[in-house]
Amino acid sequence: MEKQLALQMKGITKRFGGIVANNQVDLDVYRGEILAILGENGCGKTTLMNMISGIYFPDEGKIFVDGQEVVIRSPKDAFAHGIGMIHQHFKLVDLFTAAENIVLGVKEEGRYDLKDVNARVTEIAEKYGFHIDPKKKIYDMSVSEKQTVEIIKVLYRGADILILDEPTAVLTPQEIVRLFDVLRRMKEDGKAIIIITHKLNEVMEVSDRVAILRRGEHIATVETKDTNEAQLTEMMVGKKVDLNIDRYDPENAVPRLIVKDLNLYDQEGIHVLKDISFTANGGEILGIAGIAGSGQRELLESISGLQPLRSGEITFYNPKKNKPVSFYHKTMKRVRELAAQGAFHDGQGKPVSFDGMSNKAVWKWVQSQGVLFNEDEVVNLRDKNPMQIRALGIHLSFVPEDRLGMGLVGSMGIRDNMMLRSYRKGPAGFLDRKKPQATAEKIIQALEVSAPNTNTPVSRLSGGNVQKVLVGREIAYVPKVLMAAYPVRGLDINSSYTIYNLLNAQKERGVAVIFVGEDLDVLLALCDRIMVINSGTVTGIVDARTATKEQLGLLMTKTEPLRKEGA
Amino acid sequence: MTAKHTPAVKEPLVHLSKRSSIHPLHAWAIRLIAVVLGLAVCGLVAFLLIEKIQEKPEKIWDFYNAFIKGSFSTPRKIWKFLKSLSILLGIALALTPAFRMRFWNIGAEGQTLMGVLGAIAVDFYLGGKMPEWLLLILMLLAALFCGALWAVIPALFKAKWNTNETLFTLMMNYIATFLVAFFLEVWVTNGSGALPKMKTGKLPVVGGNDYLLIILVVLFLAIALFIYLNYTKHGYEISVVGESERTARYVGISVRKVIIRTMILSGLLCGLTGYLIGAGLDQSITTNSVGGQGFTAIMVSWLAKFNPLMMIFTAALIQMLSQGAAQISQDLNVSGALPSVITGIILFFIIGCEFFINYELHFRGHGQRGKAEKEGVK
Repeated sequence: MEKQLALQMKGITKRFGGIVANNQVDLDVYRGEILAILGENGCGKTTLMNMISGIYFPDEGKIFVDGQEVVIRSPKDAFAHGIGMIHQHFKLVDLFTAAENIVLGVKEEGRYDLKDVNARVTEIAEKYGFHIDPKKKIYDMSVSEKQTVEIIKVLYRGADILILDEPTAVLTPQEIVRLFDVLRRMKEDGKAIIIITHKLNEVMEVSDRVAILRRGEHIATVETKDTNEAQLTEMMVGKKVDLNIDRYDPENAVPRLIVKDLNLYDQEGIHVLKDISFTANGGEILGIAGIAGSGQRELLESISGLQPLRSGEITFYNPKKNKPVSFYHKTMKRVRELAAQGAFHDGQGKPVSFDGMSNKAVWKWVQSQGVLFNEDEVVNLRDKNPMQIRALGIHLSFVPEDRLGMGLVGSMGIRDNMMLRSYRKGPAGFLDRKKPQATAEKIIQALEVSAPNTNTPVSRLSGGNVQKVLVGREIAYVPKVLMAAYPVRGLDINSSYTIYNLLNAQKERGVAVIFVGEDLDVLLALCDRIMVINSGTVTGIVDARTATKEQLGLLMTKTEPLRKEGA
Repeated sequence: MTAKHTPAVKEPLVHLSKRSSIHPLHAWAIRLIAVVLGLAVCGLVAFLLIEKIQEKPEKIWDFYNAFIKGSFSTPRKIWKFLKSLSILLGIALALTPAFRMRFWNIGAEGQTLMGVLGAIAVDFYLGGKMPEWLLLILMLLAALFCGALWAVIPALFKAKWNTNETLFTLMMNYIATFLVAFFLEVWVTNGSGALPKMKTGKLPVVGGNDYLLIILVVLFLAIALFIYLNYTKHGYEISVVGESERTARYVGISVRKVIIRTMILSGLLCGLTGYLIGAGLDQSITTNSVGGQGFTAIMVSWLAKFNPLMMIFTAALIQMLSQGAAQISQDLNVSGALPSVITGIILFFIIGCEFFINYELHFRGHGQRGKAEKEGVK
């Protein structure tokens, strides 16, 4: 069958200031094919697609639709040429039904007839195998359903060139399979489909051809059947990359953080965490899998003292029995307090009392390592705010999902962001910027952060560098528990592997690492155990070495909670 | 769904892009150009208007001449300029800690007026009954207390119930005004409504000039506040809370505590400025003792990007504008509305130029040029 050219770009160049986002890019898409655009972050994929969909205007180059040169100045122009883009972030009105959202903004002759719209939406859905109820309200919908609405919205407007920006990022494996079925059906119907992704297995599975972009340039377009993942990665990164994630067997894993029956209600009174129980071991990476918004964020925030819990216990366990007492992170007052509580004993096992001793004598005795702990340190972290947790000397690090909105201050430089964790140390009143400066320089060197200087606002750094700064800071703080929420989201392959290595290094140090991830392949390759949550309930805790993706996918949508204690 | 489109491929004439970064000097240069352009347009507008009114062509230079004369013609005028500048700067400085925290305190007018009221009330009831130095200290304490009280009330409500601070602080202004009216009613029994200038509670004259002490105090405040905001732990906490409350909570900063503490500071500084007005200048009070400076100060603080040292210059600019414009309407014998027109034009330029600091324009045909911006990493 002779293939018909749908969209063609010739010599497209786009610059932002001195930065070339796209340089002389040529690209063509045929009707009845799925073209995958593959490239690392910042390689210009999205810029290129934005020029097709009318958000940017190219500095140079020409765009042809069906062989005719066109000018696309606005998304309206793009629609007029049958080009529709499905963005990563949905733009839907929550209170409207699917059909109302679909018809929103469409200028049609005649009366507004919702029944007719419903019928047409159902017709489109049936044609391509979507599952959708046109009368369902958006706020009742899952992420996958919302995506379906976005796709139908574009089809309803008559688009026959569809661009999907990372459509699988938010879906479970089962939903991805369904989406790909739909895409194949649309392809058979003669639509031209462009899919942006950085997941190689999906590219191999669904696309006919792959266009690879690197640093704004079009490297090659290859037939999917003639290539493989290793070759694609090499073209994408520009050098050979080892795609295996190292995983060491955990050494003497001991319970470090024991979470029991956590219950959390949010401000609207919605039950967001339901009876969550698990144990995170030191020297182990515990993965947390689940559909976005299942309570992952709230769980980590609860542990770090940012959420007022309804019930439950979070126990930090620090084995200390018969270890010498030191003044590290403890004041003289605290040592005396602990002694009065009977926390210490001497070499013979007799309880230690500092009554009537001068500070100097106590200091000498403790320094000589003659005072030992009586009990392991067991601290309930519940109802303690982050500052109190830190005051106890518990090293709990947290890399939040919202890097610039929560983990860092965007308008401050790397140095001042380092201070967030440590600025209270030192004499009262004035800030000490020397130590944070040293930490900042150390992180820039060790993690190869590219930043002009330590004063450049971090919001100006690229996503990968921002994340390196944040993770670097949390690790610089020598944690005993390290929690990371989606630490590689939006990062390119190299940066992602840097982060995996950092997590592995922490695990080797004996840190209890909790890793909330979205890419199941990565979770399975990196973690020791994986806990799956759905709508705030733990639906399973599995061994990552034996579990499969399908198993995780099922647990992600399962509704009944895990009954077994522990695991 | 086919479209009627023009086949000719044409790039839009001008398109915008957000700057990834701008050198601070470049930004200040743009602002300076804006002020110069603003003054030029003012001259032109005034020239056209005055010519129409007087039917006598004035040399455009007269306009600028009068403008400068407003603030700098005689030593007395210069001192008066510096005094007014100091009061304006004092209030602007007081607002700055709150603004850095993104707490939009527009109640400086009321907070300062309460400072004046506190000082004058002490003077009224205790004046002459104790040594002058003790009276001055008590007046200061009363002024600080009243200013801080007026600022901390909205802060408490904000911290506790997340009320809107803008409305709240605005409303507190009216309460302060009418509180002053009430006390005037009580204190002034002859029905004139004007409190005669008091003989006690006057700040000492330093260096032979009535205003020098005030100027020095405010100058010291500017430097101290600059250090407080940039080099202390409190200042750092203010920046973090202002930038992102979630980040502040994430690291365990008590947002409530910082809001309340910072607003107390803001109120204390307003109270101090009120004291300078009450004990240093007026020795009396009217409902208009602050004279709208509390609102003008908002602009001073904003224009300086909340930098206390820059505020010295923006306060000077605003003060020059108002005095210069007044002089113009007097010298050139034009309507009293002209000063407002001139001030409006200049502010339009100053605020409008922020657009060119945030965005860059690209003209058609110059697309390829693209200056390399070394700082841009994104």
